[in-house]
Amino acid sequence: MNSVVATKNVSKTYGKGEAAFSALENVSLSIAPGESVAVVGKSGSGKSTLMHILALLDKPTNGTVLVDNQDASSLNGRQLDVLRNKRYGFVFQQFFLNEKDTVLNNVILPLKIGRVGRKERLERGMKVLKAVELEEKATSRAGTLSGGQKQRVCIARALINNPGVIFADEPTGNLDSHTGKTVEDLLFRLNKEQGITLIIVTHDPDIAQRCKRQLHIIDGRLTNKGNI
Amino acid sequence: MKFIDLLHTASSSMLRSKARTILTIIAIFIGATTITLTNGIGTGIKSYLNKQIGNLGATNVLTIQLTNPSSSGPKSASSAPAPYNSNQRVAAISGGRNFEQQLLMSAKNINTIKANPGILSAVPARAISPDYIMGLSGKYQLSLAQQFGATSAQMLAGGGVNNNSSENQITIPGNYVSSLGYSSNQAIIGKTVTIGITSAEGIQSTVTTTVVGVQQIAVIGSASAYANTSLANQLYNIQSTGLPAATVNSYTTVAATFPSNFTPAQITSLENRLKTEGYTGQTVKDRENTVFTALNVIIIVFDMFGVIALLAASFGIVNTLLMSVQERTKEIGLMKALGMSPRRIFTLFSIEAVLIGFWGSALGVGFAALLGKVINTIGQNGFLKDFKGLSLLTFPITTIVAVIVGIMLIAFLAGTLPAIRASKKDPIEALRYE
Ligand SMILES: Nc1ncnc2c1ncn2[C@@H]1O[C@H](COP(=O)(O)OP(=O)(O)OP(=O)(O)O)[C@@H](O)[C@H]1O
Ligand SMILES: [Mg+2]
Repeated sequence: MNSVVATKNVSKTYGKGEAAFSALENVSLSIAPGESVAVVGKSGSGKSTLMHILALLDKPTNGTVLVDNQDASSLNGRQLDVLRNKRYGFVFQQFFLNEKDTVLNNVILPLKIGRVGRKERLERGMKVLKAVELEEKATSRAGTLSGGQKQRVCIARALINNPGVIFADEPTGNLDSHTGKTVEDLLFRLNKEQGITLIIVTHDPDIAQRCKRQLHIIDGRLTNKGNI
Repeated sequence: MKFIDLLHTASSSMLRSKARTILTIIAIFIGATTITLTNGIGTGIKSYLNKQIGNLGATNVLTIQLTNPSSSGPKSASSAPAPYNSNQRVAAISGGRNFEQQLLMSAKNINTIKANPGILSAVPARAISPDYIMGLSGKYQLSLAQQFGATSAQMLAGGGVNNNSSENQITIPGNYVSSLGYSSNQAIIGKTVTIGITSAEGIQSTVTTTVVGVQQIAVIGSASAYANTSLANQLYNIQSTGLPAATVNSYTTVAATFPSNFTPAQITSLENRLKTEGYTGQTVKDRENTVFTALNVIIIVFDMFGVIALLAASFGIVNTLLMSVQERTKEIGLMKALGMSPRRIFTLFSIEAVLIGFWGSALGVGFAALLGKVINTIGQNGFLKDFKGLSLLTFPITTIVAVIVGIMLIAFLAGTLPAIRASKKDPIEALRYE
């Protein structure tokens, strides 16, 4: 079956011997292009760990991760960097913005890393800022924005390379319900209009319900089958 | 990231913690200033001495003495006396606190020296001790040397003496002009002065000679006047009247000229050839080099202070960047998560280190050059008035570039440890870091 991201019997163990702690156990799943998937579970159940492994930011202790049906462990450092830079977009709960830099500079960071020229960076930066309705804030310092605006800047940064997959770890966790809704709507619109695959870790049952599929994690195990 | 973006990112993150960066830059600044100043003084003095070398005598002349195997080094005083050799005679020469023995040469030795290819002429270097020099009025003490080869002293007026001329000629140091009764350097050229000299029998006579040139006053070497061959011969003949022939015809030193276009390598091979024949030959350059060696030691000692300052500064760089890496854990993690390679992260922090080195050294070198200019100006109007043409501090572009590049290299090396640490940061750890 065709998938953008998939895992086979993935386990993740932190520490060794007595102190060893199993954060993920035997997780197998497959996510198709254009799908929206919510990862839900209690705090400490292993949601972030799973997302980091899916996004190739971390390596599983056992099992394989597949990217476009190809074993991710066969990718070299450069291929991984290109994949993260061009195909994946990340939205984090703590934003991770450079507060002292301008909104525009924060948004175009992936383009700088990807060696895109100055002029094109500016154009594309303004275009995504427009998509998240923040173009008039382009030259403001990121630190001066409100929480919801910061999270929209993060989404703009995740979008700038037209990614195939967006990984979002509790994107609305730090927002009040109203601004949370704005961000939520934005993410689902991108999924619907541009066919971007959405993988969202969330506590919010409303967001989880809007996703096409929910993955429930209890103590590092998937309770339902990952496959459709 | 493109290089220009790396440079941009590095300089803006450098400016983010201004106080820390400025303190590190100041440490480098001090080191760079010290090193530039000491080297500036060294270069200034050396280039002045080089210009003045002509005052020590012609550069195409070898001062030749017989090598005395028993008088090499200070231990000679305690070692056993050399056995008698009917071909060797010895004179006692006052050399500082000790008396040194010097073998004497005769016409035979001059002929062997002359036989060497490359030697144009070889004449005994005789000590001429005139009593006085007199111009329009008044008698003044005079130190006189024979001019061998071409004159290379810097002239304030006129030119060097002509050794082929049958006329008596002399060049005098600039400070004699007014004593001899002339208002300007130019006024004395072509005028006649009188030299008084006493023979071995105690009879004083006078010799007249034409002044053909006025020399710039020297810092190294004594302020000697220079006589052409004709004048020197005449004076020596008077001075040695009444001496036994064996004394007149034995010399401690022979002055040999060689073509002035000889390369240093050719001069060295000439010196080596003379060495195998038992002679020690020295050019003015050789003598200058002994002075330079001493000067270099002093410069190195001063440079050490600069190096110590730089060493302290490089630890400052390590510390500054380690703190920077720690503070920017999240930022580094984010850049890695967004696809920046470890090598680029390393480059980013290395550039930051090199930038700190660049600003510190550029400002330090600039400040030193400015200080040098001020000191030179003050010096030339004050304490260095007598040394015309001496720039106490000289900064050739090569030194400036070498200091800046050298310090940037040190900064790069100091930055490697923090840069490696940054490049090894795990994005996951960075993303969890709060
Ligand atoms: N580096 C680590 N070393 C040891 N244990 C770790 C490490 N990282 C995570 N864990 C543990 O793994 C488990 C899963 O962590 P994870 O961050 O994936 O939870 P989560 O489901 O995202 O929780 P939350 O909803 O609070 O964010 C936790 O018990 C955590 O303590
Ligand atoms: Mg989490």
